[in-house]
Amino acid sequence: MNPHLTWNLAADVRQLVEYRFMVNALLAASVVAVMAAVVGWFMVLRRETFAGHTLSMMSFPGAAAAALMGLPLAAGYFAFCTAGALVIAGASGVGGRRAPAQESAVIGTVGALALALGFLLLSVYGGVLESLESLLFGSILGVTRGQVLTLAIVAVCVLSLLALAGRPLLFASIDEPLARARRVPVGSLSVAFLLMLGLAVAATAQITGVLLVFALLVAPAGIARELTPRIDAGLALSVLLGLVIAWVGLGLSYFTNYSPGFYVSTIALVLYAGARVARSV
Amino acid sequence: MTGIAVDGEPAIELRDASLRLGGRTIWSGVDLLVGEGEFVAILGPNGAGKSTLLEVLLGLLELAHGEVAVLGGPAGSGNERIGYLPQRRVFDASTRVRGIDVVRLGLDGRRWGVPLPLAGRFSARARSDRELVAQAIEQVGASAYAGRPIGECSGGEQQRLLIAQALVQSPRMLILDEPLDGLDLPNQAGVAALVQGICRAQGVTVLLVAHDVNPLLPYVDRVLYLAGGHAAMGTPEQVITSETLSGLYGAPVEVLKARDGRLVVVGEPEAPHQHGPRHGHEHGPRHVLR
Repeated sequence: MNPHLTWNLAADVRQLVEYRFMVNALLAASVVAVMAAVVGWFMVLRRETFAGHTLSMMSFPGAAAAALMGLPLAAGYFAFCTAGALVIAGASGVGGRRAPAQESAVIGTVGALALALGFLLLSVYGGVLESLESLLFGSILGVTRGQVLTLAIVAVCVLSLLALAGRPLLFASIDEPLARARRVPVGSLSVAFLLMLGLAVAATAQITGVLLVFALLVAPAGIARELTPRIDAGLALSVLLGLVIAWVGLGLSYFTNYSPGFYVSTIALVLYAGARVARSV
Repeated sequence: MTGIAVDGEPAIELRDASLRLGGRTIWSGVDLLVGEGEFVAILGPNGAGKSTLLEVLLGLLELAHGEVAVLGGPAGSGNERIGYLPQRRVFDASTRVRGIDVVRLGLDGRRWGVPLPLAGRFSARARSDRELVAQAIEQVGASAYAGRPIGECSGGEQQRLLIAQALVQSPRMLILDEPLDGLDLPNQAGVAALVQGICRAQGVTVLLVAHDVNPLLPYVDRVLYLAGGHAAMGTPEQVITSETLSGLYGAPVEVLKARDGRLVVVGEPEAPHQHGPRHGHEHGPRHVLR
């Protein structure tokens, strides 16, 4: 039976959850969307979008290396993204005072290396690594229960850490000089946040593909901050938008058989443009 | 070091203090005695070590020689009773965080965890926190724009919000690093008057670093002038004179009094060129003729 999009929403949802793989995909996307929305909100506030982008590139050589070594791809994603976070943190001197120019130079160099390394590992591997497209642009096929569980555990860890460190992190992000004077551990928080960002990106990349992480990481936070300057409302809105983008994107992909990445990023862009227009009028 | 007799416990005591950074002596032989509830301005050219003096008082930098006591204890021990406003923080237009949230971070930014939604309904502490934030904002007259994103506030509005942030813990002392910088003249006078009002009404000791003494003249009790590696302390009339400043700079400097009472310092030598690591946040030399 081929799924058909109808005007009856209940019937559509029934069709959506008919297959096990789709339920898994929806669960995984929901977990990832919530985590990416919260981490992304802090990332946008801290102006570390470029770092987030580069970390997402790291999951490409990560996946290739895991395939080469016969490990689960997820292990490669997480290992390379967290390693990338540490490299960026160490090399750009995040532990000391923040030096934005140096930071972006390091990040750019790491990003280029990540892509090149990915292709190198891929050609060494020589075999079939899913398909390159689904690695880069995402696929909803073949999300397993185990994968969903792994993503959920990572999300719980990252979100708990953020809940614990949220306020000092906010302080250090908005007002670093005063936070430093008040003995908030600004340097450690920077490193910790980059690690959380690495984990969130690695998890998101497994669902959206390496290149489209941003639809779930930046767009919800970007839209939320256009709509409200409040912190609590901004975070809540960001999560809500992340879920809506993920669900609608996956749903449309299911019914039309095109890549979810296309829908997810298109919806994100449309909502973002809408928010900008709404704010300016 | 002439000075007004300080009654009671001094809020700040610095004895024969000297500071070295990166192998260079920033200042030496500095004595400073500030009483509770005094309003003292710290003046001097760029690179004279004004901000670093504040960092010493906050326990962020160590003296090379001499003694320091702040609020009856070693520097840094009583920082939660000090409201500090670091130098030149500008929130650009893209900072989409409300002023009230920035003020609130002054109160709870160090606490771990996040405030729960609806906490005000269940927790007395959350209610009192909210009350303190509202009071501080009202005190600086920022209630009208505290709900706006701080990046969209003018320089004067941002500065008032930052003073509210320094005030929110009900501090015994305010340490303000160039709060008048980048403000137009009416706003400079407004902020100076506001700070004096807080100082008088609540007996809060105030140390305020400034480039120009004129907007402060009607309000300050005493000034500490840092130049040439040394300091002079006293009332503005005692310190900002041709003799005292020439002595500090080791070069002839003339102080002129304009008809409206403004003091103009003429012939102030440029700040020495500095090599090697600089700790202070002061940026390159500026025209210092005022």
